[in-house]
Amino acid sequence: MRIRALSILLGGALFAALPVTSSGQDLASLEKQVTVKVLDNGLTVVVCERHEAPVFSFFTHVDVGSDREYPGITGLAHMFEHMAFKGTDKIGTKDWPAEKVALAKVETTYAAYDRERRREFGRDEQKVAELKKAWEDAIAEAQTYVVPHAFDEIVEENGGVGLNAFTTNEETAYHYSFPVNRVELWAYLESERFLHPVMREFYKERDVVYEERRMRTDSDPNGRLFEQFLGTAFIAHPYGRPVVGWPSDLKTFSATDAENFFEKYYVAPNIVVAIVGDVKTAEVLPIVQQYFGRLPKRPQPEPLATVEPAQDSQRQVTVQDPAQPLYVEGYHKPSARDTKEEPVFDALQDLLSNGRTSRLYRSLVRDKKIAAFAGGFNDFPGAKYPDLFVFFAFPTPGHTPGELRDAIRPEIERLKTEDITDDELAMIKTRSKADLLRTLGDNAGLASQFATAQGVFGDWREFFHEVQRMDQLQKADIRRVANQTFVDSNRVLGMIESTQMAGGRKKQQ
Amino acid sequence: MMAQDRFRSILVLTLSLSSLLPAAKGQVADWRQIVIPPLPAFNPQEPRRVELHNGMVIFLQEDLELPFIRGTARIRGGSRDEPATKIGLAAIYGQVWRTGGTRSRTGDDLDDYLEARAARVETGGGIDSTSISLDCLKDNFDEVFKIFVELLREPEFRDDKVPLAKNQLDTGIARRNDEPAGVAAREAQKLGYGANSPYARQPEYATVAAVTRDDLVNWHNTYVHPNNVILGVVGDFDSKTMEEKIRTAFDSWPKGPAPAPPQVSFNGPKPGMYLVQKDDVNQSNIRMVELGTRRDNPDYYAITVFNEIFGGSFSSRLVEDVRTKKGLAYHVGGGIGTAFDHPGLFQISMGTKSGTTAAAIDALYEEIDGLKTRPPTEEELKRAKDSILNSFVFEFDSKGKVLQERMSYEFYGYPADFLERYRAGIEKVSLEDVQRVAQKYVHKDGLAVLVVGKAADFDKPLTSFGPVADIDISIPPPPGAAKAAISTTSEAR
Repeated sequence: MRIRALSILLGGALFAALPVTSSGQDLASLEKQVTVKVLDNGLTVVVCERHEAPVFSFFTHVDVGSDREYPGITGLAHMFEHMAFKGTDKIGTKDWPAEKVALAKVETTYAAYDRERRREFGRDEQKVAELKKAWEDAIAEAQTYVVPHAFDEIVEENGGVGLNAFTTNEETAYHYSFPVNRVELWAYLESERFLHPVMREFYKERDVVYEERRMRTDSDPNGRLFEQFLGTAFIAHPYGRPVVGWPSDLKTFSATDAENFFEKYYVAPNIVVAIVGDVKTAEVLPIVQQYFGRLPKRPQPEPLATVEPAQDSQRQVTVQDPAQPLYVEGYHKPSARDTKEEPVFDALQDLLSNGRTSRLYRSLVRDKKIAAFAGGFNDFPGAKYPDLFVFFAFPTPGHTPGELRDAIRPEIERLKTEDITDDELAMIKTRSKADLLRTLGDNAGLASQFATAQGVFGDWREFFHEVQRMDQLQKADIRRVANQTFVDSNRVLGMIESTQMAGGRKKQQ
Repeated sequence: MMAQDRFRSILVLTLSLSSLLPAAKGQVADWRQIVIPPLPAFNPQEPRRVELHNGMVIFLQEDLELPFIRGTARIRGGSRDEPATKIGLAAIYGQVWRTGGTRSRTGDDLDDYLEARAARVETGGGIDSTSISLDCLKDNFDEVFKIFVELLREPEFRDDKVPLAKNQLDTGIARRNDEPAGVAAREAQKLGYGANSPYARQPEYATVAAVTRDDLVNWHNTYVHPNNVILGVVGDFDSKTMEEKIRTAFDSWPKGPAPAPPQVSFNGPKPGMYLVQKDDVNQSNIRMVELGTRRDNPDYYAITVFNEIFGGSFSSRLVEDVRTKKGLAYHVGGGIGTAFDHPGLFQISMGTKSGTTAAAIDALYEEIDGLKTRPPTEEELKRAKDSILNSFVFEFDSKGKVLQERMSYEFYGYPADFLERYRAGIEKVSLEDVQRVAQKYVHKDGLAVLVVGKAADFDKPLTSFGPVADIDISIPPPPGAAKAAISTTSEAR
């Protein structure tokens, strides 16, 4: 779970308006470096040549995250992401035919054990123990065929850096960087993991993932609050469920569940692969075609049906916790794909949160001195579906969430009743252009922007277009959107109320 | 070069032919059959070094890709130099230097002026240095550089920004026990170096309160002299013109004294078990620490290879055994720490559920014992060296990175070609070297073992490993605060 501070969807530039001369990058020159190709199976490839050093980065965007889970299998998208590092039928096995049989047995024994242990009436404890033993024996048998970490080893010994992946409420992504002489090796590895994934060591990895939950949520006060906050804000839409999954589901779902999830959502039309660096497009495309073209042609799954119903009265969640206080206030808003409203929310984020000129900094941090940090952020917890604009603030010692709420509220009212100044509007537009430019000098960052924009909007140019739209923004847009969004009935409050005083300090002298 | 291109076209031809054959579909060669061509020759562009008469060192690195100019001046003197009664001074200085403005303009004016141009000038305080940086579109460089120079030479440290900076530090103090991984990292540092070591000590309300505006002015007067400054600039400019601008700004700046770094003794931790009680968690954070070494130690290369094998990568022993095989952790890793001018710490870190805390400690001990009972193999050595050498290009894959490296070597007095020596050093590392450094720097009996967690839920009491010292992390109250307002974290047990 993360707050996308300045998300990839909101940087962007209309360069003509900048005092930029000879060497500057612009959309027209970038278009000459970028090639998009949709393979026969529906997989999209974006290649961008950037000849700075003999290296390249890639980013694989898969159009599924925890959004397609349902009660019982929450956490499964993230679980599959972990499994994508376990190798294939060729990588990570000593004897695939035998391992395959052993893994099938793990599943049948697990199904029997799981059914019995979850029986609500008449459970036979001895039978549970026997079934559990049979399952554990099957795991031990399967383990004998495993070459642990084979996939990681190949990437690392070939000089791969930044090897990792992440799962959000709407996306799963895989990425690393390689020396440029490893393009074909990369194409093999990256296509193979989605062509022949193997659910080996699944149940041990499930324990690892559970540890991730303990780290990010259970043992972290902010994690505890945000899980509750989202569950309060979204009662129907999957944004209300934790990406990492509920404890019960993390102890229940099976490798078979993960395989079924994979079969349905990891289809070629759901995948965008972007590759950026010292490559020649004419050489890369045939390689990509050769390897990724092997993924079967399968239909794209139906879009998510569930839409969050309109909220008709304020909601609130308070977490009482030994940790220090925190205040959050969220408002429902359209998705980032709403091209009319999104630039306005991006502008609001910039105005409220960006640096020491931002309104919340000046009011809460500099002048009132009740917060150490205060900001308002767009697109939480995602961007693809209708989401939230959230304000949040950390109080300085001795100050309370209530004081923060009372100080944020007049800043919101001001947005509704007064136009922002000409200087503020000009600053927002200038910064959005420069901030996009700043992202263009990095292979990994570019690959991530290309793949995600292509995946979410169907066009990598979207991250430029967003800022072009921002450049058309009028002051009246800000007031209009503030008035329609920041209303009592649309608000969700969240706070940590500390059960102990922090280090004593009361009021600022 | 020719051979390179020919090879590539053959490769492409082969692929396109094979794609015509139905039999080839889904049967692409396994990865061992994929030919890896040699990496194209690459000579990263070195920055130009200029030294002014007053001792200021400047590096100029042209990078014409984007229309920006970025610069950083690093100045000797940091938090390790501040007095024990004023811990936090360098951090407060690092904020108020910028927010307090210059003689001619307030910090708030600077904010408005710079943000309207999407430009940034920022300052900060670190352990051994402070810094001031700029980042702007090249067409705004002259006006932004003027602010940069004024902050270096005529800062004002306006009084009203001092409490604001102190608020930030006080908030950090109040919140420092909230996240268990943060508690573990801080306390491990204190165990490894000693709680009062300049490399471990923490600001407290009292030491923050003791800092005055005069301290900030004195700090600036003590350290900010051209002979203590290394300035690096990278971006879209012409080096000759940029050199002229920098000379014009700084040539007349008189030399000043050069304070010596503090004399610090490093005695290593008192071995044993340490516990921080934290009841609002279901996961234990475990750290094992002892002293590491410096990067100018000839063992540095063998240590780097050892770390890759032991706990520094996804395919390392710690991850493979503790995470993958035993499923005991999401986060686990470690290695022999090195720093440029003082010993780093050997450190292992992991998180495991409360109920497997003792099992996890056993598993980590097993890994340490394993360095003797199953010493690193030729295969592990090869894999680790391949990994380091094949990824070596990422050490200098941008002009900005090359500049950063050079500035670090200059700052710490390392040879300018340290990176090249590093590559050569790694290549020479033998299995005996790796085994030798494992025995020399990793001592099971010398470790301080720290657990931050909920002891009542542990699988076995920590006393089963030996006597346990409790660490009290309750936060000392600010001077003059009513005692009644304070409570510690260890209630109800």
